[in-house]
Order: sequence, then structure tokens, then C-alpha cells
Amino acid sequence: MIDTALNPAIEPTPIPLGEWLPWAVFGGLLALLALYFVGSEQGATSLFQGMYVHEFVHDGRHLLGFPCH
Amino acid sequence: MVGKLLVRGMIAGVVAGLLTFGFARVVGEPQVDHAIAFEEQASKAREAHEHVDQAQGGHVHEAEEAELVSRETQAGFGLLTSVVVYGAAFGGLFALAFAFIYGRTSKLPARPLAAWLALAAFMALVVVPSIKYPATPPAVGDPETIGYRTALFFLMIAISLVTMVFALKMRKVMMRQLGQWNASIAAGLLFVVIIAAVQLALPSFDNVPDGFPAALLWKFRVAAMGMQVIMWTTLGLLFGVLAENKLRDLHSQPVAR
Repeated sequence: MIDTALNPAIEPTPIPLGEWLPWAVFGGLLALLALYFVGSEQGATSLFQGMYVHEFVHDGRHLLGFPCH
Repeated sequence: MVGKLLVRGMIAGVVAGLLTFGFARVVGEPQVDHAIAFEEQASKAREAHEHVDQAQGGHVHEAEEAELVSRETQAGFGLLTSVVVYGAAFGGLFALAFAFIYGRTSKLPARPLAAWLALAAFMALVVVPSIKYPATPPAVGDPETIGYRTALFFLMIAISLVTMVFALKMRKVMMRQLGQWNASIAAGLLFVVIIAAVQLALPSFDNVPDGFPAALLWKFRVAAMGMQVIMWTTLGLLFGVLAENKLRDLHSQPVAR
């Protein structure tokens, strides 16, 4: 069997930056926002009042290594 | 194409998150429970102390805080949500980084590139920051400094990421003179030296309360590290396969043979 993982039949060709950039901005912002809510909302800073988000993701925050409280 | 890779990255991240949740549930949660039990004991002891003060004309003690989210929810749906969202978010960022590097700064095929990229991301985003600012169980950490510690944690991640990119760039530059092997060693050395200097310079925190079991702290941190190993291994290997299938369909020209 030919090892296709290391010797694929296709040559890697770059994806044009013009195509990459809008997705990078869109996806990057979305991902960072999601990480902010898991990692820091109602901990270091708060967009919403209360502690519900903090308490809900509490165990995940500790185990994923974010400073929780 | 980028959008399709982004979706695949998020799918790989969700799968990685689900596996990580399974591990966290079995290995991590007992440690969280032990730490909370320690925290409660410590605060009871403190309260008993305060009651003595009160009897001597001190302040009126606050009523016990109502539980906003139950322990079952925190250890179940809450943990699941946070780990899966974390996986999906890093899966998306991973796919975007991959889409930039593939064919441009690296000529590696999809699967090996995804595997190497996951290893690099794991080093830069997890191993290096957690050497300086390791995961802390409940009861460890001073709430007064949460903002400061969070800022330093993210700063450490940012520095580590930039240093990783810089070291990999320097590897390419040095390769012309030193060859691939020696350039790789030199770049690795460069990364270690910069990170060591930064970590020595940044402030440290020791917020472990007296009497907190050392074995519990160790087990908690091993569990936290194990979660990240599962997360990034799954993400790297699974995304490689998904990306390769997509790239073969759409974007690449067959090599003339």
C-alpha cells in the first residue's frame, strides 16, 4: 500500500489571501468571542451582570486552565 | 474553500471537545469535588472563628449565598458546554491557521501539516503558558487578583504564540546555512531561551492555601493537562483527514507523473 499521508497524489497549493482574509476575520472574531465567554466573562471582566455564566462554566474554566477566581 | 475548512475545523473541535469532556468527567471532576470540599471546610472554620468575634460585638454575618447553578449542572451540562465550545473555537482558529500555512509557508501534505500544527499549537498555547500559570482547582487563587492574573495568563499565551512563529521563521532562515537538522535544533533553542527569559521576568503567584493537599493539586493538574492532550491530538489528527478529503476534491491539481 502506498503511504498517501506522506506522499499524496496532490501538490499543496496555497489558498489565495483574498479568499482567506474575510473568513479569518469572521471566524477569528467568533472564536475569540466564544473563548471569552468560556474563559473570562463574569470572572476578570463582565459584559453581563450576575454570576450565572461564571457558575455555569465553572468546572470547565478550572479544568481548562483559565484563572477562574 | 476556507469556509469549508473552517466548518471542518469546528467539527473536529467538537469531536475533540466531546472526548475531552468524557475524560474530564471521569478523571477531572473527582479532583474538583475534593477541592470544593476543602474550600468549604476552610470557610466553615473561618466562619466559626468569625462567630466568636461576633459574640464579642462584631459585625452581623451575611446570609449564605444561594446556589446559582447546582453542582450537578456545573459538572455535567456546564462542563460539557464549556469544553465543547472551547474545542469548536480552537478548531475554527486551527483551520484558519492551517488554511494560511498550507501550500504557502509549508509544502507539507494536509495530514502531516495538521499533526505538526497541532503539536506546535499545543506547545505554544498549553504547555508553555501552564508552566508559568498552571491550572488551579477551586480554593486555590486569590479573587482579589483575578483581573491581574487573567491578563498575565493571556499575555503569556500571546508571547508564547509570537515566539513560536518567530522561532519557526528563524528556522527557515537558518536552514540555508545550517541545514534542516541543525536549523531545527537552533530554532528550538531560540524558543526555549526566549520563553525562559520571559517566564523569569513575569510575576508568579502562589495562592495555594495552607493545608491544601499536594497530591490533590498534582492530580488536578495532571487531569487538566490530560484534557489538553486529548483535545489537541484529536483536533490535529481528525482535522488532517477531513481537510485532506476536502482539498483533494476541490483545490489541488494532480501532480504530473
